[in-house]
Amino acid sequence: MKRAVLQLDALTKSFGALRVADAIGLEILAGETHAIIGPNGAGKTSLINQISGALAPDAGRIVFDGRDVTQMSMAARAHLGFARSFQITQVLPHFSALENVALAVQARSGSSFRFWQAAAGEANLNRVAVRSLETVELAERADTPAGSLSHGEKRRLEIAIALAHAPKLLLLDEPMAGAGSEETRRLVATLKSLKGRYSILLVEHDMQAVFALADRISVLVAGRIIATGEPQVVRADPAVRAAYLGEAT
Amino acid sequence: MSASLFVVQLFNGLQLGILLFLVAAGLTLVFGVMDFINLAHGVQYMLGAYLAVMAYGFIGNFFLSVLLALFASLLFGLLLEFLVFRHLYGRDHLEQVLATFGIIMLLNQGVKLLWGAAPLNLPIPELLSGSVPLLEGLRYPVYRFAIIAAGVLVAAGLYLFVTSTRVGMLVRAGATNAAMVSALGVDIKRLFTVVFGFGAMLAGFAGVMVAPILSVEPGMGDQILILAFVVIVIGGIGSIRGAFLAAVLVGVIDTLGRSFMTDLLRLLLPPATARVIGPALASMSIYLLMAVVLAIRPAGLFPTKGRA
Amino acid sequence: MPRARRAIPAVAPKAPPALTFDQRLAAGLFVLLALLPLLSRGIASSYLLLVGERVVIFAIAALSLELLIGAGGLVSFGHAAFLGIGAYAAGIVASHGHGTLSIALPAALATSALFALATGAIAVRTRGVYFIMITLAFAQMAFFIATSLAPYGGDDGLTWPTRTMLWGRPLLKDQLTFFYLCLALLIASYLGVGRLIASRFGRVLRGLKDNETRMQAIGFAPHLYRLTAYVIAGTLCGLAGFLLGNQAEFVSPAYMHWQRSGELIIMVLLGGTGTLYGPMLGALAFLLLEETLSRLTEHWKVMLGPALVLIALFASGGIAGAIAAWRQRRAMGARLALPLARRHRLGAARKGSRSWRRAGLRLLSRTARGLRRGADAARAACAPAKTALGRGLQALPSLAERRLKATVVRWWRE
Repeated sequence: MKRAVLQLDALTKSFGALRVADAIGLEILAGETHAIIGPNGAGKTSLINQISGALAPDAGRIVFDGRDVTQMSMAARAHLGFARSFQITQVLPHFSALENVALAVQARSGSSFRFWQAAAGEANLNRVAVRSLETVELAERADTPAGSLSHGEKRRLEIAIALAHAPKLLLLDEPMAGAGSEETRRLVATLKSLKGRYSILLVEHDMQAVFALADRISVLVAGRIIATGEPQVVRADPAVRAAYLGEAT
Repeated sequence: MSASLFVVQLFNGLQLGILLFLVAAGLTLVFGVMDFINLAHGVQYMLGAYLAVMAYGFIGNFFLSVLLALFASLLFGLLLEFLVFRHLYGRDHLEQVLATFGIIMLLNQGVKLLWGAAPLNLPIPELLSGSVPLLEGLRYPVYRFAIIAAGVLVAAGLYLFVTSTRVGMLVRAGATNAAMVSALGVDIKRLFTVVFGFGAMLAGFAGVMVAPILSVEPGMGDQILILAFVVIVIGGIGSIRGAFLAAVLVGVIDTLGRSFMTDLLRLLLPPATARVIGPALASMSIYLLMAVVLAIRPAGLFPTKGRA
Repeated sequence: MPRARRAIPAVAPKAPPALTFDQRLAAGLFVLLALLPLLSRGIASSYLLLVGERVVIFAIAALSLELLIGAGGLVSFGHAAFLGIGAYAAGIVASHGHGTLSIALPAALATSALFALATGAIAVRTRGVYFIMITLAFAQMAFFIATSLAPYGGDDGLTWPTRTMLWGRPLLKDQLTFFYLCLALLIASYLGVGRLIASRFGRVLRGLKDNETRMQAIGFAPHLYRLTAYVIAGTLCGLAGFLLGNQAEFVSPAYMHWQRSGELIIMVLLGGTGTLYGPMLGALAFLLLEETLSRLTEHWKVMLGPALVLIALFASGGIAGAIAAWRQRRAMGARLALPLARRHRLGAARKGSRSWRRAGLRLLSRTARGLRRGADAARAACAPAKTALGRGLQALPSLAERRLKATVVRWWRE
């Protein structure tokens, strides 16, 4: 029985009258790729925001590796091993792709309160960064300012940044969003190569990608998880079908 | 430290607070709705006073001059918005700071050129002169009461406007999320102009009202601007409610502090030390208040943008 | 999936670069400033040297503000407070008879750092418009504290009994020594701030300016880094204040007036934020403007005001931005020259009411060509002068060394 690397315990969040998270309970096992799917407005991004620390839940607990992280800031969680990619690309546009990743490496390699040595020349940071860029096939674009990259390249950069600081849990918020078919194929291939090595929580709309990658799927509808299980089981679940194809909400 | 002095200073503090509210209300809306840092709001206040003095020089009637000055303030505010400010929305705050700072420079110096550096004054009208008994043996000037009354009326009117009218609702929505309001199809440019013009008029009104009791001179808007900033920071950007509460708080604490800090310290410290530290502490009091509020709530007392 | 391993140039150590354009400009500025005393002696005007001192001191202050604005994205509208605090701390210490370097300078730096720490701890937790207003408010608070310091002059200010003594000797009384000390500190600040911005710390700061959310997700909590930058910038500006107080042998609350803070921002923007030479140039440009215009009329600010508005609207990159754009255009110009000429010929073939436009274009291209030829000729004519100047410059250090030695010897004998 694999241990749970992330446990959500009755996680609740409301914005006024809108309940975006309704006592959500979820478990991510170590090394598994767990996908969260659901219709638009189900609260998927809010869930990722709460897990990563960008949003504070109203009630409930988030337990990571046996540790209660509910009150921890985003930066503190990153140090524990959280890494996330954003639905709307968040890179550092004025920095090169290499520096974007190198900064993520820098966060995990000792103090950043160093005032004299030029950071861009730190070979050990750059080495790890290059390796991360190679994983997503962005190594040739290492010196390009991140703001000038194409949309698909930016999405890959996001994953490279997430990988760069040796995470224990990868939170991927719609990595395929806005990517063309070629880009999607590439991203799926990249993520497949990461399977088993990292625990991945994947929020995605692209069903093909989800079924190709996920070990287990949870379905989130109106802030509540209505089904969890292996892809085939979830696919056949009548409640899930109703939520996606059935009554219009 | 007598009770009557305390009451008088309390009312003075209230009056200062109301004045601050009038200046801060327009400013907080401009910040909140347009994300535009308008340093030139202080000179708008100053201009209101100067326009009133100039109008009085021609007409001789206080109330007509007030109206004329108000109207001219509004016009001038709209002119500024049209010429300069509307090109700066959405730009870096740094550029907004530079431009509005340039406007302050231009107007402070321009006013000196036109009217000279000597302080001017506006006589209190017959109707509002004299004083009324407040408590037994204590009288308070009618005019200052009038300021308080006018300010409270305007505050009430503003509150009704913002909460009950359609435009007011748009203003409140814009203060929360301007991009969304624009996406909903509202002519955001016109909304901005309305907000700006209104704010300019409020500041001008404050300047006009204060002309009879303070000296009208170049640079009179600067200190009031900074006080208004403190008020907005404490109250929360974009919140009229916050601006009112914070303005009264700041006005009262500042006035009472200046009058009684030294005496207060004399209870705890030797008189010589109290005399040195007192004025310093008094002038620091509202900034300390600001620091305390921000330490507890970095977005002010009534933040409009909500919490993440 | 095969992963191609290739040698990435980014990782290979680069050859030590020659000075970049920006660095060359800064070096040129330093050389110009270093020559200033000679010029001032040549035209027998110590006033020029006084202006030069103010330029150097404000350049230090502008550099410290650039650290906040350019690297950190923190627009501080209260930076002049540190000028005043540095000057007051050293002045107060001097007025009690302890105006020596070992006491006055640490006092100035420590007081600035403490004020920065106390106010920064609150200010850096806010962003954008809040930050601007809060720094303004705190500077105003410092201003009022200074005006209420009755035993130290209050509103009228405090006159220093003497400039800071170095090792028991009034070495700073000599204008030349003082000027070169200021210049040396400016160069040290330039180098220091440059290294700071390129360091790990500087990179985090710049990253926080670029995208705070991404940085937090990576693991950088913003507040401590920003506070550290604020304290460093405040302390450096306190140093400038210390020098300013020494230069005028006087300090008053006006040093901390919010208009002063605004002027510091003008210097940074006028020169161009984003580079290190920009703010220094901006300090030079602004102070020169102030000196010359204030002689024309006491109402010179009526002209400066609209100029600032125009700069904010159309040239917010400042001098550095204009230079960068010009360089870009020059690089592109060679590529565009041929197609442009072809377009002119095509335009001439078309008849009609556009003839005035064609004529204008023709005039422009002819003027441009003429200017270019003139510039080439001028450059060719200057070439021999440049080599002579180069040789002269190489001889300069020894010349300056001799003069400095003579000055020191003279003072030692007295």
